[in-house]
Amino acid sequence: MNRDAVMSFLSSLVVLAAGLLIGFIILLVSNASSAWEAFRTILTFGFSGIRNVGDVLLGATPIIMTGLSVAFAFKTGLFNIGATGQFAFGGLTAILIGHNFTGMPDGLRIVFALAAATAAGALWGAIPGLLKAFRNVHEVISCIMTNYIGMFLVTFLIDRYAFNPAVGKSLALPEGSNLPTLGFEHIFREEFLPGFYRVSRVNAGILIAIIAAVIIYIILEKTTFGYELKACGFNKDAAKYAGINQNRNIVASMMISGALAGLGGALLYTSGTEAMGASNVLLPYGFTGISVAFLGLNHPIGIIFSGSLVSYLFLGGARTQVMGFSIEVVEIVISVIIYFCAFVFLVKTFLGKHIGKLLRFKGDNA
Amino acid sequence: MNMAIFYSIMHWAVYIMIPLIVVSLGGMFSEKSGVVNIALEGKMIMGAFAGTMFMYYVQNVWQIAMSPWLLLICTLIIATATGIVVSLAHAYASINLRANQVISGIAINMFAVAFAIYTARALTTAGSQHIHYRNVFRIDNVPLLHRIPILGPMLFQNTYFTSLLGIIILAVSAFVLYKTKFGLRLRACGEHPQAADSVGVSVTKMRYAGVILSGALAGMGGILYIVPIASAFSGSVAGYGFLALAVLIFGAWKPQRILFAAFFFGLMLSIASQFSAIPFLRDLGIHANFFRMTPYVATLIVLAFTSKNTAAPKAVGQPYDKGGR
Repeated sequence: MNRDAVMSFLSSLVVLAAGLLIGFIILLVSNASSAWEAFRTILTFGFSGIRNVGDVLLGATPIIMTGLSVAFAFKTGLFNIGATGQFAFGGLTAILIGHNFTGMPDGLRIVFALAAATAAGALWGAIPGLLKAFRNVHEVISCIMTNYIGMFLVTFLIDRYAFNPAVGKSLALPEGSNLPTLGFEHIFREEFLPGFYRVSRVNAGILIAIIAAVIIYIILEKTTFGYELKACGFNKDAAKYAGINQNRNIVASMMISGALAGLGGALLYTSGTEAMGASNVLLPYGFTGISVAFLGLNHPIGIIFSGSLVSYLFLGGARTQVMGFSIEVVEIVISVIIYFCAFVFLVKTFLGKHIGKLLRFKGDNA
Repeated sequence: MNMAIFYSIMHWAVYIMIPLIVVSLGGMFSEKSGVVNIALEGKMIMGAFAGTMFMYYVQNVWQIAMSPWLLLICTLIIATATGIVVSLAHAYASINLRANQVISGIAINMFAVAFAIYTARALTTAGSQHIHYRNVFRIDNVPLLHRIPILGPMLFQNTYFTSLLGIIILAVSAFVLYKTKFGLRLRACGEHPQAADSVGVSVTKMRYAGVILSGALAGMGGILYIVPIASAFSGSVAGYGFLALAVLIFGAWKPQRILFAAFFFGLMLSIASQFSAIPFLRDLGIHANFFRMTPYVATLIVLAFTSKNTAAPKAVGQPYDKGGR
């Protein structure tokens, strides 16, 4: 472990603690008598039973994917805030295939749905990529536009082709179109009456997300392609001088980033727990992915943990509703974390100055 | 098409256009000074939240009898002040700490939604995220002016004081940006901060001014958005902050073009909200969402054709580095 990695990890913890502190203050202000109880719930509920652990993993699945999406783009010098649109397209594709290709064998259909959703996300991500590479359009702005265009298109398509008027959302998928649970239902469950179980819906999705993280790690750290992509992110002029085709790399990077988000959408809507809304609202997963990415230090393996952590906080936050609080407190905590992430570099320098001295690292001269 | 529908569409177009103008002018001041502002949405939400909460308290909790004019003006002041406070967080991160301006903007957007909903649930008696208020601000007929043929019913019936305010802000902003020393200095900081610094302009101060103005206008814009079209605020301004960003780009960072861009966007959204009343559009069988997405598609197309020689301020998004070139 080198000094830089330790400092990065410590600064992540500082940022996390700052976010939690502000969350606690907000709880205190709104209801002092049960604030501590609520805060403790947020911190411990995710581990208070094996079923909750399953739910943490279930909730982590989509945000690990969007976190990977944001981090991959960021490593290559791009800011993909369009993950929410790519995510929606992936989800839509999986839903449409799940409903309409019922002639296909179950296993094949789910694989096809995931592959098509990945491709759909990649295509939607390609638009800002192409505009950036060939028309010099800043990807943040074009992502904002494609998010809204995607939202209106996806809502229209759900409304037209997979609408369930009874709940105002997309139709539930036939059981065979959902991800297999791989026997997880026998592990992540709680007996609440003799012979009756509350079961977590955690499924193969979390494994796919972890595999995706490992693959992204390998691409970024172990391949020439990944090295070229990162080189463009570090210094595009130097990369160009070294003969790297910058335009191709920008498009490729946005497409891979979009593909990850698209697959995330598919994993969410084939988990049998969510239906897609048919009102014009941007999905939160892409934005949560930004905090997951930064909290995970934009490292694919770190994101598995930060995604689980964020999911853990959300689960605890939802639980505080029984004490009269609302789940938005967790979103406030996360937004504060993102705000501090904006100057995580500063925190790192500060820590390096004051704490770094106390630690000894191999290779340090001082 | 009968005239009543036409007038109704124009009224809505104006209701939509006014907040877009004011908020994108806010964005303009910030970006002209060199600070990217994708936090417009969050500042609008905070402004709308504080303003509607104030109205809710005056009308329902304290039950103060206040004339609609005074209430509206106090509400606007509170919304503006709230926008300024929020913008200080953005300014501190992006100017003093030289942080990534996009990340700080995203954080503010997220914070605003969560904070508005959380606090509304805690403060309203119903414990819901909706903040209701009695909308007493509509002016049915502006004296004399509403008699002007066509223009009268279009602009001077069912109107709000806020619409006039928006136009005044537009005129003042154009004047400030192009005809005052302050405007020149502000623009210099966004184009070439080192040059501005070398002649004694404080880049930090000018950028603070730009971001604070954006917070003020966006905060006020939250109320301008909510008052004509609703009698409750529910923690959302329906993406108008991002739409205002599109208006800003579509309007090439220039006040007079922002006016046209906002009108175009307002008209599109107005048609989207009422197109089922327009026979020939209804018969086309186009889903309302296709009208709703037009502004965004148009902005993308404009960007694709203009970004090679972009009208954006040159130093926008870059923290000022005294030692840079």
